[in-house]
Amino acid sequence: MRPREWLRSAMAAATVPVLAVVLGLVAGAAVMVISNSLSTGVTDVGLPLRAYGSLLAGSLSGLDEVVRTVSEATPLILAGLSVGIGFKAGLFNIGANGQFLMGALAAAGAGAAVSGWSPLLAIPAALGAGMLAGAAYGFIPGALKAWTGAHEVVTTIMLNFIAAALIAFLVTGPLATAGASFARTGDVGNAALPLIIGRPGGTGHLGILLAVVAVPLAYLLLFRSVLGFEMRTVGANPSAALYAGMRPARLIILTMALSGLLAGTAGAGQVLGISHSISASYSTSVGFDAITIALLGRSHPIGIFFSALLFGLMRAGSALMQIRERVPVEIIDVIQAVILLFLAADIIVRTVFRIRAPGSGVAEELETVTRTYGGAA
Amino acid sequence: MEMNETGGRDHTVSAAPYPAKPAANATGGAPPVLEMRGVTKRYPGVLANDHIDLDLRAGEIHALLGENGAGKTTLMNILYGLVEPDEGEILLDGTEVQIRGPVDAIARGISMVHQHFMLVPVLSVSDNILLGEEPMSGPIFINRAGSRRRIRELGKNFGWEIDPDQRVESLSVGWQQRVEILKALYRNARIVVLDEPTAVLTPQETKEIFTVLGKLRAEGYAIIFITHKLYEVLEVADRITVIRRGRVVGTRKPSETDEDDLAELMVGRNVELTVDRGTSHPAEPVLVVDELHAKDDRRHETVRGISLSVRGGEILGIAGVAGNGQDELVQSLTGLRRPSSGRVTIAGKDVTNHAPQSLYRAGLAHVPADRQRHGLVLSFPLDDNMVLTNYSDPPFARAGGLLRDAAAIDRRADELIAEYDVRTPSREVVAATLSGGNQQKAIVAREFSGDLRVLVLDQPTRGLDVGSIEFIHRQIIAKRDEGVAILLVSAELDEVMELSDRIAVIYRGELVATVDGRSANREKIGLLMATGRASGSGTETQPEPVRP
Repeated sequence: MRPREWLRSAMAAATVPVLAVVLGLVAGAAVMVISNSLSTGVTDVGLPLRAYGSLLAGSLSGLDEVVRTVSEATPLILAGLSVGIGFKAGLFNIGANGQFLMGALAAAGAGAAVSGWSPLLAIPAALGAGMLAGAAYGFIPGALKAWTGAHEVVTTIMLNFIAAALIAFLVTGPLATAGASFARTGDVGNAALPLIIGRPGGTGHLGILLAVVAVPLAYLLLFRSVLGFEMRTVGANPSAALYAGMRPARLIILTMALSGLLAGTAGAGQVLGISHSISASYSTSVGFDAITIALLGRSHPIGIFFSALLFGLMRAGSALMQIRERVPVEIIDVIQAVILLFLAADIIVRTVFRIRAPGSGVAEELETVTRTYGGAA
Repeated sequence: MEMNETGGRDHTVSAAPYPAKPAANATGGAPPVLEMRGVTKRYPGVLANDHIDLDLRAGEIHALLGENGAGKTTLMNILYGLVEPDEGEILLDGTEVQIRGPVDAIARGISMVHQHFMLVPVLSVSDNILLGEEPMSGPIFINRAGSRRRIRELGKNFGWEIDPDQRVESLSVGWQQRVEILKALYRNARIVVLDEPTAVLTPQETKEIFTVLGKLRAEGYAIIFITHKLYEVLEVADRITVIRRGRVVGTRKPSETDEDDLAELMVGRNVELTVDRGTSHPAEPVLVVDELHAKDDRRHETVRGISLSVRGGEILGIAGVAGNGQDELVQSLTGLRRPSSGRVTIAGKDVTNHAPQSLYRAGLAHVPADRQRHGLVLSFPLDDNMVLTNYSDPPFARAGGLLRDAAAIDRRADELIAEYDVRTPSREVVAATLSGGNQQKAIVAREFSGDLRVLVLDQPTRGLDVGSIEFIHRQIIAKRDEGVAILLVSAELDEVMELSDRIAVIYRGELVATVDGRSANREKIGLLMATGRASGSGTETQPEPVRP
């Protein structure tokens, strides 16, 4: 495709997502004004502008802020790719959260065990353990779907709970470190990811690079490789995939394992790069935010990259917004929820902005979301 | 005529069942029920409708004939309020109207029966008919009893025993269409538009729908009948308007025209409705099937001991009423279904139970019956679809089959598009935007290229216009002459008879007879298809009554 055509199709694809974000920000502004007026009795129309201003100041005004934004975005990129690749293959991976947790658990456990090794060995070992654990945790629902027809939405939701319970069990028992004031794993020591950018003690760890590399790799896989073509074909038309001689069962398992690997990498990166250990109550919502991000990015690696950056930006800047303008950080969740709502009901966005061109919504992904259960390949 | 699959007796009956045309009605002084004047619709790069004039009288069946993409559907969408015309006016009973949308159209007595039915499968017949304007008894409940009664009465008018509580998904396609028609009548339509109503029907069902159209005409309804099947319009229409490239190129009465004349109007050049098949030179058997048994998805045995052999350079046609095991036979031969027993060989090599890719490598190609479900990935660009069955072979895959070679794929797509005259703005448009004929050409292009030994063609021209049919038939003959062994499965008996060197008749999962293709007797084959027996007019079985 020539660059101009490419740009035009990219812009067409981005229309509804961008407008959904605009509407999300407008809705967030309305909630700010109304809730402020209800609690203080003052109707302050300028509040949203000041709040969004400090949101930007908190996320972009200097190197520290930018590093924080990028490191907030890092797990979102990886988990977003995890969900997005699933969508491309016609699978709705709600289990990115569980796969993230398993990646974090394995990285924490392995990291503590090899904390005394040379970093050159300890880091790959701990990171690899996290990635493998995530992949294995994605393999399970993939195999269940391929072999028994069990729907991945049901199995991954259940596996999310199992992952959280497994962390509670292992971190209070076998993996607990001695002498801590609360149940947690030992420090990962030399397995910690080194800082590559920003001030010492900051969050600019090596994992950021992993996420940045994963984006072109995912693009290459989906759009330039034979395997990616098979995955997309199974997602777009399973009957045609069978006719073309592809093996949907195999592809489902592979896609889910790959999806799990990405989410597991996200979890491992968080532990090895930032927290360096996990507690028994370790939890996350990255896997669920990833669903919104994948939809906002229309399951395209580049779209997911920018969507994750946007979400990372809001997370990084929200603290300053709360301090300066007393707008609670939870407003970010409101904005995200409204974005998701408008993506799912893109007819609203089309009506508000009078968009006539078809195919600018997330119809394919939603079909995956709503497809009837039990569709074994 | 085309309806003879059920046996030779139809000829005598076929003239009678459609009630007489109420000529007085059609020529009266009243203004036409509907008049479209100078209707024009432009899309970027296309003039979909170019100053189209059309009028329709009460008690008339007006056929709209044209190739795929000629602009018939656009015109009807304008009438139905789905598309706004750039120019032109619409008059109902002589008064100009603005039709603002389907709801408005229905309120004005215009109803459309779409080619792909707009029914909710899990809802009952009556719920489907009521959907959209439910009669209420009080603020909460739907008045079902009254509507049930009316639906039954409407059905009785046509001699249909309709059960309003039956779920639509359990009805045959023919009955689903009747539900669509009842829906139109229930809403007091005066103008009924039927978009390709026969495309999905069996010959028997087609005959029945023609009877229904005749009854509607007799009761004074005005009917627009969209089709591209020539014999159908000659059989039922009072007037025929032919559209080509967005313009009306002629209006005829059936008595003043014939199939050749209409075909030429439609396509714009002289079309050979029957391709000259020349002589074939069969060689050694290539595809050999021995005692094949297979079960359908509900585990009923639908292929019951089929043996056949197709020689190189020969076309073996399988004739049969749909649902006699053709689907399972084709699937078993192409790796999409595991036969329960039997043996399949290609050029002496046992390929029983081989997966599709392995069969393709053995020289088999397959044009599937459902181009949108199996043959193409509609949301993918044309270039990806052009390598759908050989995407993993060099030169389309490189680096040991890991990466795709976009340049090689593009080149192949361009070659095939040119060679097979696939009409498309570029190879990058998604397959869904192509017309049915061009979608099928794309599949034929893909499957016919390469090193072929066996070609399995399942309904290769279903739903296509005469121009595309002619083109594809020529390609089939060309492949035969190259020495490919061709198995042709088609519900169109004409197609089987035109192309096949030998015709095997399938009946309830068995091949009941094999006859020479050139000397085959249409009546005899029709009888075999319907009864599985070659003779004995006294033993004709009544067609199974399909009841809702």
